[in-house]
Amino acid sequence: MIEVNNLHKSFGKTHVLKGITTSFEKGKTNLIIGQSGSGKTVFIKCLLGLLNPEEGTISYEGKIYSKLSGDERRDLRQEMGMVFQGSALFDSLTVEGNVMFPLEMFTKQSYAEMKERVDFVLNRVNLVDAHDRYPAEISGGMQKRVAIARAIVMNPKYLFCDEPNSGLDPKTAILIDNLIQEITQEYQITTVINTHDMNSVMEIGEKIVFLKNGKKEWEGSNKEIFKTDNKAVTNFVYSSELFKKVRQMYIEERN
Amino acid sequence: MRSLILKEIDELIFNSLGIIIFIAIFIGGVVAIQTALNLTNPLIPKNLIGFATRQSVILEFAPTFTSIIMAGKVGSYITSSIGTMRVTEQIDALEVMGVNALNYLVFPKIIAMLFYPFAVAIAMYVGVFGGYLANIAGGYSSSGDFIEGLQMDFIPYHITYSFIKTAVFAFIIATIPSFHGFYMTGGALDVGKASTTAFVWTSVVIIISNFILTQLLLG
Repeated sequence: MIEVNNLHKSFGKTHVLKGITTSFEKGKTNLIIGQSGSGKTVFIKCLLGLLNPEEGTISYEGKIYSKLSGDERRDLRQEMGMVFQGSALFDSLTVEGNVMFPLEMFTKQSYAEMKERVDFVLNRVNLVDAHDRYPAEISGGMQKRVAIARAIVMNPKYLFCDEPNSGLDPKTAILIDNLIQEITQEYQITTVINTHDMNSVMEIGEKIVFLKNGKKEWEGSNKEIFKTDNKAVTNFVYSSELFKKVRQMYIEERN
Repeated sequence: MRSLILKEIDELIFNSLGIIIFIAIFIGGVVAIQTALNLTNPLIPKNLIGFATRQSVILEFAPTFTSIIMAGKVGSYITSSIGTMRVTEQIDALEVMGVNALNYLVFPKIIAMLFYPFAVAIAMYVGVFGGYLANIAGGYSSSGDFIEGLQMDFIPYHITYSFIKTAVFAFIIATIPSFHGFYMTGGALDVGKASTTAFVWTSVVIIISNFILTQLLLG
């Protein structure tokens, strides 16, 4: 479980995060949504320890990140997996090399053991014939799956995803969403996903945190988001005609 | 780490040998021709062409001129490769994993550049050979005169001086472009800007340190 308490982050005079308090539960897909510039990426970078907040605390299973020593932070980071928006695969390594990288860096496993683990996770993300290909030689959807495989290869406790289905076609986006949710439930990972994608919100949003201008405006589940009267949330989530109609149908069905 | 270092040696040193040899052979040739064309006084012995070529190539052209070229070739490769990793979040990915990204990316390059003096040694040899070829082809002096000039008043310390300079330049070529790549911000366009800035600063630092080292070691 990740608990965030009164988190503040500024860049110069720009106050980006303004006192966010929330928590993300184990075994659930937690979504952070909000307009561009609402502070989602800064928030996830603070959770990862890539940015240091000026005020507030982030605790992982009760351990406050800012109070950890350098070694403890390094150990904690090895329990985190991250899927970046652009996948962030290492260009110079093959798919297999990318997924094997964390194992090579942090374990003393033999090549055969690492290979077995890599084959397992690549199989888990439905990538069986891409081991020897380089990131530039595979599609965006495959790159995302490799990134997920690399993120879970060390059996992380925490999985962070920054817009995992941006730039993907709707079918592939749903596949990626479902894959993340399956992995989250299967391995009881605390997953935090930063997204703009309303399909993701409806499909896998077990907990949704809506940010507006660096503040937490609303939180709840994908079922509750249909019922909410919060103007900012409804304006954002139901901005398209399609979703407006979906919501209308949902309300009519309930009545 | 060993495989990374070997990969960097291949990329930074072996892949640069072609351009180093090409430049050295022509620079050596030009030095020989210009020296020969300036020897208008019949009292000045022809072996001076070989002497001047050796001194110019060993003391200055091989270590300094080659390093400026390497600041462009190797330096921009280092800045752009690390900078691209920065803008595509690959460095963030390393840090999230708990890898010391600075150590992982820069240290192998510094170690690889320890082999740079070998490349400069080749440049010295090839530069002098280029001077010899230009001298013979242009008919400026006999082969014997040129070789006699090469051996005349040879001071072995000049080689030491040259390699000390080269080692310092190697460190500069590895570190300044790495700094500009690692700490760059922005997008793809900024990678190009960072490469240019890195080349300018690497060249400036090489020129200034060349002056300081020459004063310290030969002054």
